[in-house]
Amino acid sequence: MSTEHVAAVEPAIRFVDVSKSFGERTKRHLVLDRVSFSVPRGKTTVIAGGSGQGKSVILKLILGLLRPDSGQVLVGDKNVSTMGYKALQELRMLFGVLFQGSALFDSLTVFENIALPLKERTHLGDDEVCARVAATLEQLELTGHEEKFPAQLSGGMKKRVGLARALQLEPKIVLFDEPTTGLDPVMTKEIYDLFVRTQQRLGYTAVIVSHDIPQIFSLADQIVLLNKGELDVFTDASQIPSSPKLKIREFARLVMGYQTA
Amino acid sequence: MNQPEKEPTSFLRIVGGIGDQALYILTDLGRMGIFLLFSLLGAFRRPFRWKEVIKQLGFIGAGSITVIFFTALSSGMVLGLQGYYSLHKFGAEGMLGSAVSLTLIMELGPVLTALMVAGRAGSAMCAEIGIMRISEQIDALECMAIDPFRYLISPKFLAALISVPLLTAFFDVVGIMGGYLAGVKLMGVNGGAFFAGMEQSVTNHDIRLGVIKSFVFALLLVWICTGRGYFVQKIRGAGFGAESVSKVTTQAVVLSSISVLVFDYLLTAVLL
Repeated sequence: MSTEHVAAVEPAIRFVDVSKSFGERTKRHLVLDRVSFSVPRGKTTVIAGGSGQGKSVILKLILGLLRPDSGQVLVGDKNVSTMGYKALQELRMLFGVLFQGSALFDSLTVFENIALPLKERTHLGDDEVCARVAATLEQLELTGHEEKFPAQLSGGMKKRVGLARALQLEPKIVLFDEPTTGLDPVMTKEIYDLFVRTQQRLGYTAVIVSHDIPQIFSLADQIVLLNKGELDVFTDASQIPSSPKLKIREFARLVMGYQTA
Repeated sequence: MNQPEKEPTSFLRIVGGIGDQALYILTDLGRMGIFLLFSLLGAFRRPFRWKEVIKQLGFIGAGSITVIFFTALSSGMVLGLQGYYSLHKFGAEGMLGSAVSLTLIMELGPVLTALMVAGRAGSAMCAEIGIMRISEQIDALECMAIDPFRYLISPKFLAALISVPLLTAFFDVVGIMGGYLAGVKLMGVNGGAFFAGMEQSVTNHDIRLGVIKSFVFALLLVWICTGRGYFVQKIRGAGFGAESVSKVTTQAVVLSSISVLVFDYLLTAVLL
């Protein structure tokens, strides 16, 4: 995809000069240092970087689970950073989230986990909920596992159930936090295929946080690379070594093994 | 040219440390205050989670009956024996029913019930919510635009506020029967005098005091136990992961038990 093509798409999410730090007052650790980028609507943005570089922080800022120290996080034209509780609840209806550890409710069965957003956020009757959950289970090849609890599932299955739950309300934007961590290569490919299939069907904007480099780049329309508070945006992995930012070039050289300028 | 920053003196470090701790305590109190408000408001938000309230009533209330029974029986029997030996010295064994029932209804019933429920159900609630927090299950609820207070916390509040006063009443009845067993059946105090003394001395005011205490203690223990679990990642010195949940659970039970004892004195002083 060309740079112009991605740039022409209306942004679904925008970060404007966002800074975020953590830790005690006297020992602050700066994770994001005045970073700005956009996530194009209907496309896939991959956020990559080493551990502890703030990738998951970006997702939490988008969802309003964290507030930035400074700057703005915009979803559409709404500023998440200043939203009240009720407005945030409404905004979150736009999102589906697949958590790193799947975050399935361990006291609920697979069926109950997938049905939860339908039961809590819609007025569908029990029969309609059952039918929709059954259809999702079939699409994700989970039929027959409805009555199992999360502790009885493999890592790959947990991810699929997590994805099924995230997609139940047909969200406009889906956030994936390390979707393939802890999975073997076969499972990883299966999750990637599943991602491609569901995105083609539902047409959602995807933000994938991952350190599965460089495999994850094959899914990306846009790559956001993070290192030591600095950030750069690319439309193709081959552009990374020629980044004007020193810390990004350093990451490309040390972690990805690229020869940089 | 900038002068290098001076190292703070040990006096300044101590003052800074005290200030830092004071700020942390204030922040924590504010956080817990907002948590209490949201939890109480969550009980009135639709859709109501009656099934979850009933499940929690079973866990906090019905599940605590055995431990409350044995605690009440032994407390009542000990009171019966101790009371008999003390009153016997003055030839006032007839006052035993009065002494046992007043002690149980106004003091031991509400306090011991709250301490038992804090140890049994409070610790479990704290650990459950703490684990849900560290495994991102509460984040997942928020991301699905499901209010975690309405969904998770408020049913526990409602169940505790219903079941602890009922358990206290159960404690009082079993405790009085224990006192009767020890005083009347074992030590030979007149049974009629036992119950007549109780009827004459226990007033509505005494029962009201016991009921108010049980409600306040229920609120304290469910607030502290669920709140500590909810903020497990924000508690200073708790560490991370499973260790943080275990430390915070211990802290929640200790803190709620101390709060029950402190509020017991305060309520007695104000309402007696």
